[in-house]
Amino acid sequence: MRRALPIFVVLAGLLVAIAIANPYFLEPPAFLAFVKRAAPLVILAAGQYFVIVSGEFDLSVGSLITAEVVIAARLIDGSAAATWPVLALLIVLGLLTGLVNGTVTTLLRVPSFITTLGMLLILSGAIFLWTGGAPRGALSPQFRELGRGSLGPVPWSVLILAAVAAAAICAMRAGFGHTLIAAGDNDRAAALSGVRVARVRTVAFMISGLSAAVAAILLGGFAGVSAQVGQGLEFQAITAVVLGGVALGGGRGSVVAAMAGAFTLEALFTLLNLYGISGAVEPAVQGVIIIAAVALGAVSLPRRRAAAAS
Amino acid sequence: MLRMTGIGKSFLGVRVLDGVDLEASAGEVHAVVGENGAGKSTLMKILAGVHTPDEGTIEIDGRSVAFGHPIEAQRAGVAIIYQELTLLPERTVAENVFLGREPVRRGLVDRAAMESATGELLSSLGEESFGPRDLVRRLSVAQQQVVEIAKALSLNARIVVMDEPTAALADHEVELLYTLVRRLTGRGIAVLYISHRLPEIFELADRITVLKDGARVTTAEASSLDTATLVRLMVGRELDSYYPPRAAEPPGEVMLSVRGGGNARLHGIDLDLRAGEIVGVAGLQGSGRTELAKALFGAEPFTSGEMTPCRPRSVREGIAAGIGLVTEDRKAEGLLLNQHVRDNALLVARAAGTRRPGIERLLERVRLTPPRPTQEVRLLSGGNQQKVVLAKWMTVAPRVLLFDEPTRGVDVGAKAVIHELMRELARDGTAILMISSELPELIGMSDRILVLRDGRIAGELPAGATEEAVMHLAAAS
Repeated sequence: MRRALPIFVVLAGLLVAIAIANPYFLEPPAFLAFVKRAAPLVILAAGQYFVIVSGEFDLSVGSLITAEVVIAARLIDGSAAATWPVLALLIVLGLLTGLVNGTVTTLLRVPSFITTLGMLLILSGAIFLWTGGAPRGALSPQFRELGRGSLGPVPWSVLILAAVAAAAICAMRAGFGHTLIAAGDNDRAAALSGVRVARVRTVAFMISGLSAAVAAILLGGFAGVSAQVGQGLEFQAITAVVLGGVALGGGRGSVVAAMAGAFTLEALFTLLNLYGISGAVEPAVQGVIIIAAVALGAVSLPRRRAAAAS
Repeated sequence: MLRMTGIGKSFLGVRVLDGVDLEASAGEVHAVVGENGAGKSTLMKILAGVHTPDEGTIEIDGRSVAFGHPIEAQRAGVAIIYQELTLLPERTVAENVFLGREPVRRGLVDRAAMESATGELLSSLGEESFGPRDLVRRLSVAQQQVVEIAKALSLNARIVVMDEPTAALADHEVELLYTLVRRLTGRGIAVLYISHRLPEIFELADRITVLKDGARVTTAEASSLDTATLVRLMVGRELDSYYPPRAAEPPGEVMLSVRGGGNARLHGIDLDLRAGEIVGVAGLQGSGRTELAKALFGAEPFTSGEMTPCRPRSVREGIAAGIGLVTEDRKAEGLLLNQHVRDNALLVARAAGTRRPGIERLLERVRLTPPRPTQEVRLLSGGNQQKVVLAKWMTVAPRVLLFDEPTRGVDVGAKAVIHELMRELARDGTAILMISSELPELIGMSDRILVLRDGRIAGELPAGATEEAVMHLAAAS
């Protein structure tokens, strides 16, 4: 928690800054709209957290999201009846992608950086091949309701986010979460203590794939169909997780902090937008953040070690 | 030619060398012997410039030298051939010999010059089985040693240190090494030869220096010593530590039994472990001690033989059969250093899916000081870390607990606690196997001692066996 604290301070600071620029921001409707906009990234960051804390990466989620949205549009093609079966299919597809990523990484011992980079390319190539560059079909209003609509005053995506967050926290408090962190901290010691390292890591990849599917469902509704909908989201998710103080290489950090990192990133983009700074600088800002966050983590670690030795 | 006088060195306040003298003259083989931890390696690393001594002087040819860096030692004519060879596998023999100082002609590496010079060196060593253009990866360990020596010669080394050179050699290769060593001394090179294996020391050495606990016991002509005397000089000391009393009752039922257990590193292992007894395992480095523990546990399983209650094929099967392993390398294999004491202690129970036991009481039982479950393990002392490892296994109450070097890097106080805990566990009906390279610990703790040699059980000794007896069994060949 000590390590997670800074991100909450930064997030609170940014929210205050936004509120100063736009006094209505902290009113419920505007704030809920902010949470709704942030929900896909926060869910994606939660999924990415499971993979990172186990000592791996998942670079495939961005193109997985694009693939899911494009497939949904084509299969649903505006039909209400097809909505629910296709939603189920999207979930299965997300889990399956994670299963492949996890199996290749753990059983074939391909570094996850390479496995998921390969998956990213495979999925984006497949989408391009299938759509010829322009997605066809349309999502049904029922599908888009999840990303756009609300239950009373509360958007569906905020409710889904709350459910995802609760599930993620529970998973990390259960035996699974502890063995996952153990695998990320020292997989050799974990294996010699009876942890099924390959299995828990594969499950982590499946959770990441599942989170991509959920994010795709919300984004499809919120932003509509395009061949660019998931572009760059894998790096946003990784940036968010790192910003939350989760150590690359695994074994350290909390899922709550990772989600707070995603909110922080979204708040930062909102603030830049409010000050009229072009959205084009977002990737640059993100790049600075990810390098700075990892560098700060690297600087503070040896200092802690030195303190421990004395 | 070489004279080291009064060498002293401490690491983190622990004195590992204390006023050691060592000299070597041209054309001599000078063997340096001693138990694990006697200070041989540190002494050699000081000579090689890896460590700087806290006190003492080094003279080469009567000139005083001080090495701040291995390169300086190399320039002064000192070469070390380490146990783990340091060649680049994907480069040729010639490239390795001239690594970092390749002959250059018109700005390009002069391969022809490099290869012909290497060829000359190899033939001067009588080596014909490979040439300068062969890839190192394709060479045997013995051939790689020749490359290391050729490299040393090309650097005009006059003092060659060989650290356990036969550890990884097959029997027929050992003879070739002897020839090689004699060629070196024939050229007037002084060879410092470090080995555990007494027969080869008597075969090669002109003089022998015995180190014990960081101090020199004696230096004597090899011809004036015999094996028994040498062993006594190496281990002779009083049992000065306290060990908890052995169990009063005879051991109970057999908890684990192996007949003819074997794998790539072990052969024909027969053993029984009974409830309530502590069985010690002795053996030199590379004798298969750790491999035995890992085979029993299922981490590097036996591939042949019978084992009851079952022959585990994986760690999980081993744990399910009630076997636990306290690993030799606590940090790399035993602990999650960034996690809290609690998460470490509960790891095995969580992985096995058994109910969580009350962790607070357990931490008190292993005498963790302070018994706080929320400390990060990497901040604990070695002794406390080992107590956490013990707690980790005690959560699942194994029938058999295997200890690999249970008190390595542990301070004296924690050592006594760990010994007491091992006795307590045995008294409660656990069968314990303890590997240790510290003979006093082995003798003080064990109800009987198995001695391993070359992957086989060379013999069994009763409680109260002498260190000499253990060393004889372990080192004879």
